[in-house]
Parts: sequence; C-alpha cells; structure tokens
Amino acid sequence: MSELFDLPSDLQNSYLGLVALHLRIALLPVLAGLLVALPIAQLCVRLRWLYPPVLWVTTVLYAVPSLAFFVVLIDYTGLSELTVMIPLAVYSLVVFVPALVDGVRSVPRETLDAATAMGFGPVRRYLQVQLPIAAPAVIAGLRVASVSSISLVSVGMLIGNQGALGNLLNSGMIYHQPRLIWLSVVGTAVLAILVDAALILLRALVTPWMPKGAVR
Amino acid sequence: MNVLTFVEAFFSDSAHWHGYDGIPTRLLEHVQYTLMALGIAAAVGLPVGLLTGHTGRGGNTLALIATAARALPSFGLMVLMFVILGLGLAPVMIPLVVLAVPPVLVTTYEAVRSVDPAPVDAARGMGMSEAGVLLRVELPVALPLILSGLRSAAIQIVSTATIAAYVSFGGLGRYIVDGLYQRDYEKVVGGATLVAALALATLGVFWAAGRLAVSRGVRRSG
Repeated sequence: MSELFDLPSDLQNSYLGLVALHLRIALLPVLAGLLVALPIAQLCVRLRWLYPPVLWVTTVLYAVPSLAFFVVLIDYTGLSELTVMIPLAVYSLVVFVPALVDGVRSVPRETLDAATAMGFGPVRRYLQVQLPIAAPAVIAGLRVASVSSISLVSVGMLIGNQGALGNLLNSGMIYHQPRLIWLSVVGTAVLAILVDAALILLRALVTPWMPKGAVR
Repeated sequence: MNVLTFVEAFFSDSAHWHGYDGIPTRLLEHVQYTLMALGIAAAVGLPVGLLTGHTGRGGNTLALIATAARALPSFGLMVLMFVILGLGLAPVMIPLVVLAVPPVLVTTYEAVRSVDPAPVDAARGMGMSEAGVLLRVELPVALPLILSGLRSAAIQIVSTATIAAYVSFGGLGRYIVDGLYQRDYEKVVGGATLVAALALATLGVFWAAGRLAVSRGVRRSG
C-alpha cells in the first residue's frame, strides 16, 4: 500500500516539488502579462483611438484554445515550459489591459490637477496617483488571471509532460491509480483558492482606504 | 519547414475530408458538445442570474460559488470524471457545464444589477409588473453584457472540449491528441488551426447576435 503522496519515479519530482513547479509555470506568465500590459494600457489611455483595436486583438488571442496555442508553439520553443508559459501570458492580457485602462481612466480630473499643482511630474503622478487608484481593478484582474492560469497549466501535460500537477493525470491513467488523479485535481484547486485568498489579502494591504470585508 | 506548410499539407490531403475521422464529422462533434454544454449552462445560469440581479440579493454567495467553480481545474475534473464514470457523455459534460456556468451566472447578475435605476423606476411607476420590468426593461438594457458572459462561456467550452480527446472523446481535439501520439505534426497543427478557427467563428457568431438582438437605443448609449 503506497503512502498518500508517493509519486511514480518517472515524474522525477516529489508532490511538493510539483506544487512549486505548478506555481512557477502558472504565475510567472501572469506577472509577465501584467508587465507587458502596463505600457500597452498607458498607450491606450493616451491615444484613445488605439483602445478598441487593442481590446479586439486581446479578445481574439484569448479565444485561441490553449492546446492549439501550445502545439503551434512547439515548432518554435519545443516541448518546454516556455511553450506553456507564453500562451498563459498572452491570455492574461485580455484581463489586464481593460482593468488598467478603465482603472487609470477612472481617476477624476480634479485629482490629476491637484497632483500636478503639487508639483508631480507625469511619471510620479502615474506611479503615485493613477496606479494606486487603479489597484483594486488590477488586483481583481490578477485574481482572475492567476486562477485560470493555475487551471490551464495542467493542459501542458499533453505536450510532453509540461503540466506540473497535471502530469499526475497521465500517471493516474497509465498506472491505473485514481489516487494520483485526485492528488492532481484537489491539489490544483487548493492552490487556486490559496492564491486567490493571498491576492485578496494583498488588496487589503495595498488599498488601506477601501472598506473592509468585501468578498468581491 | 514551418507551421504553415504543415497546415497546408493537412488541408490538401483529401483523406482528411471524409469518413469517421474526417473534418466534417469531427467539427460536428465539437459543435454538438459546445452547444449542449452552453445550452445547459445557459438554462442554469440565465434564470438564476436574472432573478438574483433583479432582486439584488445573493451577490456575495454567487461570487463565492463562481470563485470556487473557477478554481476547479476543468482538465483534471474531466480525467477524474472519466475514471469514475467511465465512457459516456457525462464525464465531458459535467466539467464543461461547471466551467461555463460561472461566467454566464455572474455576468448576468452584474448586468441586470447595473441597469440604470431611473428607467426601472419609471417602468414601475407606469404600473408594469415585476416580470414586465425584468423582461421588458432590465433584460434589453442588460443584453450586451449578458451576451458577453455567454460568449466567454462559449469560448472556454470550445477550448476545453478540445481536451476531451485525451479521455477518448471525439471533436477536433482528436487530431491534436492523436497527432501528438503518432508524432504526426501535420495532423497536430491541422487540428490546432481548425480549433482556433472554430473559436474565432464563435466570436463572430456572438458579434452578429449582438448586432441583431441588442436594440439600437441601447447600442448607441453603450
């Protein structure tokens, strides 16, 4: 009888190792997506005509199914982690760009003028006034992007076992061990809930002026 | 050799155009899975979302259900259901519906709740019944957002139904999964192109539905 967390040796990883790997493959692309979205969103705020086409492009890219995206990238990046991470980063744009644009735009004119009057340059005004006011929207975006990213990593299993916890699904099938499949599903779900909770906490920390106790 | 040559080779091979593993059969299967899952999700999500949005109650409960459902890994759930229930429609349909209900439900709730209260009050003042207010005022105004919820549900179903091929189901994912096992990259990218095209067609269908169903007055103000 095997222990609950024992894994087949061909996975070459412990359960906790897979959890760490899963977090890495899921969350690094979300952060990269956020970093890419910042300049794009700022450009859309400055040039209003650019926003609708950019939104359209992100929507179309988001519509491309993950497995299709992965297998087309195989030709360029091989059966590697990167092949899974690039689509996840691209998907996160559909959440971040509107969150940032609407967040930054929602800052009232008077607030901006007050900041300028206080001697804030455009960069400082962006970093210290506009971004903090957009923070709740950005963190709401982070929550959606992170949770769906954690769920999607498992699909990477299909392209040469690049799915971290998702690899357990295949092991469970080929070795007839439903335990491994449960470990994968429950582990991934718990991971998603914990990350979501951590982000809610982060929101409370970075936006101390918001009312407490709101779940959404 | 790049991806495009493989794609061209796949589509010019006449063997891929008929029979049990032909493109029409697989496409039809994929569309069937999608419509069925979207239909069930809409039958559950739309009425509940409309009612809770109309009364404005239960928002936090809905958000909690949605977060929990989003956290469930759909691919893992599909494999798990397949192992538990065996071959059948249920192991595919359950994860697809679980995946599709939250966007439909939450967006519908938000859409109805965020309708401008002035026309709603005006409708009540004119003596409209509650059902009339919901169906003839709130629903038309909320329709663009409700459609966007249905659209993201449909997109996610198309994407996830592809993966059902791993647990032996049909649909366009068959080409990708079989191609990967057979080391036939032509088949893999051919399948990927088809799935992507189907997803984009889905976007197109919802765009057209929005044009047709959303009243002109709502579109202009939105």
